[in-house]
Amino acid sequence: MDILSYSAVELSAAVKEGKVTAVEAMEAVLSRIDERESDINAYVTIDREQALKAAAAVQEKIEKGELTGPLAGVPVAVKDNLCTEGMRTTCSSKILENFVPTYSAEAVLNLEKAGAVMVGKTNMDEFAMGSTTETSAYGVTRNPWNTDHVPGGSSGGSAAAVAAGECFFALGSDTGGSIRQPASFCGVVGLKPTYGTVSRYGLVAYGSSLDQIGPLTKNVADCAAVLETIASYDRKDSTSINRKKEKKDTDFTTALVEDVKGMKIGIPKDYLGEGLDSEVKNAVLAAAELLAAKGAVVEEFDLSLVAYAIPTYYTIAAAEASSNLERFDGIKYGYRTEKFEGLHDLYKKTRSEGFGAEVKRRIMLGSFVLSSGYYDAYYLKALKVKAMIKKAFDDAFAKYDLILGPVAPTTAPKLGDSLQDPLKMYLGDIYTIAVNLAGLPAISLPCGTDSKGLPIGLQLIADSFQEKKLIQAAYTYEQNKTKCVE
Amino acid sequence: MANVITDETIEYVGILAKLELSDEEREQAKTDMGRMLDYIDKLAELDTTGIEPMSHVFPVQNVFREDVVTNGDESEKTLKNAPGEKDNMFMVPKTFD
Repeated sequence: MDILSYSAVELSAAVKEGKVTAVEAMEAVLSRIDERESDINAYVTIDREQALKAAAAVQEKIEKGELTGPLAGVPVAVKDNLCTEGMRTTCSSKILENFVPTYSAEAVLNLEKAGAVMVGKTNMDEFAMGSTTETSAYGVTRNPWNTDHVPGGSSGGSAAAVAAGECFFALGSDTGGSIRQPASFCGVVGLKPTYGTVSRYGLVAYGSSLDQIGPLTKNVADCAAVLETIASYDRKDSTSINRKKEKKDTDFTTALVEDVKGMKIGIPKDYLGEGLDSEVKNAVLAAAELLAAKGAVVEEFDLSLVAYAIPTYYTIAAAEASSNLERFDGIKYGYRTEKFEGLHDLYKKTRSEGFGAEVKRRIMLGSFVLSSGYYDAYYLKALKVKAMIKKAFDDAFAKYDLILGPVAPTTAPKLGDSLQDPLKMYLGDIYTIAVNLAGLPAISLPCGTDSKGLPIGLQLIADSFQEKKLIQAAYTYEQNKTKCVE
Repeated sequence: MANVITDETIEYVGILAKLELSDEEREQAKTDMGRMLDYIDKLAELDTTGIEPMSHVFPVQNVFREDVVTNGDESEKTLKNAPGEKDNMFMVPKTFD
């Protein structure tokens, strides 16, 4: 069997059975990178020597029986906004072009402890601000399904790397859809966990109240295994939730059960309305029908306030970004301008030269909505609407186990089509963004392709701490969809 | 466009954001911000009287820990990232005469 056709969990099992070694798996990934990376550009940084060395060390531990978990020996790609000790972490920005963290993110450490082996750092929209991976300072990433199209964003490098076989799974981060939308565009599985499930320690902050780290994988079983590995209570993240202690169980792989009988699934009418591509709509409704045929109770309903999620999100995210990105000042790390007169000038020139257009746009908007005289009208107003949106979801989950809909209104757009009109690009986030405002978990999984041959994504949303329902329904769909195709 | 962003506003926001925009960037920023604010103004349609602003989705409290150092001295590694360094300290331009 071709090594690259294994899923992450299958690969680890094969390594333990002695069919293949962790080093051979890493070599297979590196040779795929040699073939495809010049077209795709999924990675910002790759350290081949270190990757092979780490794979050999893991192989030894597996042979000794010291590493037994489901991800031991598996090559993983990590989004470049997650700190990795000793390996450059750029956030795809010029301002961090030479930044080498002195510590690793907690999620990365959890993977290392489990024996996953890092291939390198994946490309993204600069500071995770964007929906196409075109705002990176290190070149665009291209969609492996069709290199004239974007991979989505902001975790576009992670999604493309998984889709192209340039790793077995990847970590991404999701502030308004940044895992789910690229997963959808690249035909892979992506999950955004309940806020507080995965430690944000070592994740370079964009919108702190919205950011969550999550997996991008080849299938639902891998997704459950990765989530189980990276979810942990961490005192270093003040918003981390001790789910084990609170019995909000994190044994996600036990939910890999083919059964949706009696599960109540609601489809918001506003998720099927104007702006939704008809091919996407048909594929999503066909997926809903499949779940209904397997025994789920599916119906349409009115989820209120859908149209207010985007303006609420962009106000809050921009406000938090303007505050979070104040730290990049050219003093302690990162890029510093060459010519300046005094400290204030150093700050301004460093930041103006170091940040790209989209990042500046959001910092400016965020500074404005937080400024004296506008704070109440914009920022405070958005926080109140956020409370209303959360309430709308609470009401929905009183009736339904899951909410089903598309991930994005269209399949992957062509390169260059999105950035000309930022507002239009923001509107593409309509189905993903409310989930972050309400702190909910949601999964994106492939549900077909359009007439251009580009993947379509199905989104399932659950109430807080109900990832297992997501995984169970997604697994059921995936298993039966495969059967249909076969 | 309902929201007209003046040169003064952009200048002020630039100071808050510590960004220096070129003339071209400034014009673009005026247009972009005006359009975004027009769009955000949609929130004014909603009556939010009596609704508490929600900064965090869960009822979390402040998290405290004992004030004990748990990490070692990493000044050498930290300073390796510094654009300017002298005698184990960050070097910055003169801030006053």
